[in-house]
Amino acid sequence: MTSIGLQHYLVVSSILFSLGLFGIVTRKNAVMVLMGIELILNSANINFVAFARYGNFGFDGQLIALFVVILAAAEAAVALAIVLNIYKNFSTVNVDEIDKLKE
Amino acid sequence: MNLADFLFYVFAVITLVSAFFVVTFKNIIYSAFSLLLTFLGVAGIYVLLGADFIAIVQVIVYVGGILILILFGVMLTNKIQNVPIKTEASFIIPASITIGAFGGILVSTFINTRWKSMPAELANSTLTDVGHLLMNEYILIFELLGILLLVALVGAASIARKQ
Repeated sequence: MTSIGLQHYLVVSSILFSLGLFGIVTRKNAVMVLMGIELILNSANINFVAFARYGNFGFDGQLIALFVVILAAAEAAVALAIVLNIYKNFSTVNVDEIDKLKE
Repeated sequence: MNLADFLFYVFAVITLVSAFFVVTFKNIIYSAFSLLLTFLGVAGIYVLLGADFIAIVQVIVYVGGILILILFGVMLTNKIQNVPIKTEASFIIPASITIGAFGGILVSTFINTRWKSMPAELANSTLTDVGHLLMNEYILIFELLGILLLVALVGAASIARKQ
């Protein structure tokens, strides 16, 4: 068994990405779609930090990962506000039943 | 196999198994709590990569902030009393085939590429270097992100409040 290198982290992040994509494509609940997006952002972050560690690029990759976490927080807040509004107007959060922009 | 390698496998298994449960559980509350384990596993992977500050930020922001927001979203958008909190899924078989093929291509590409790997010496703490970069080279992005968070806060409050 070889020791842990860059490839191990990349494989973990690609499997995490595929799982997040699967969640986005198959689930109907808008909150579940949000969870899939969070999984994908986490997998991208693992890639940034892994390349920063093994590529000898200094700390730039870690800072980009930090910015991605901040953007994810802002995105989650706004997206959940929109989901609450949709629930108020349509009484459902299933993304396949919401097909009107305005009542 | 030394301790760091063993811990990597532990955290990788925690992350991937709980992420699998996130996308397959029927009950959305169970999915949200599996997401907690996924975030903690990813934080452990950051620690193994020598990014201690990012790991702490991951625990504070994701587990303490985003997951709580998501749980609020689940509780405010489901009729808990009369309907069980189930979510439907669609296109499971075509999605499994397509995304399985996509993930297989991704993994085989990552394994077969000859990555140039020159790991740097692990510093004791990344806090000083990250702070210096944040206050010198990345100061503009840092300030812009502060404004972005303010705008997101005001926007989310004004979208979600009652008319």
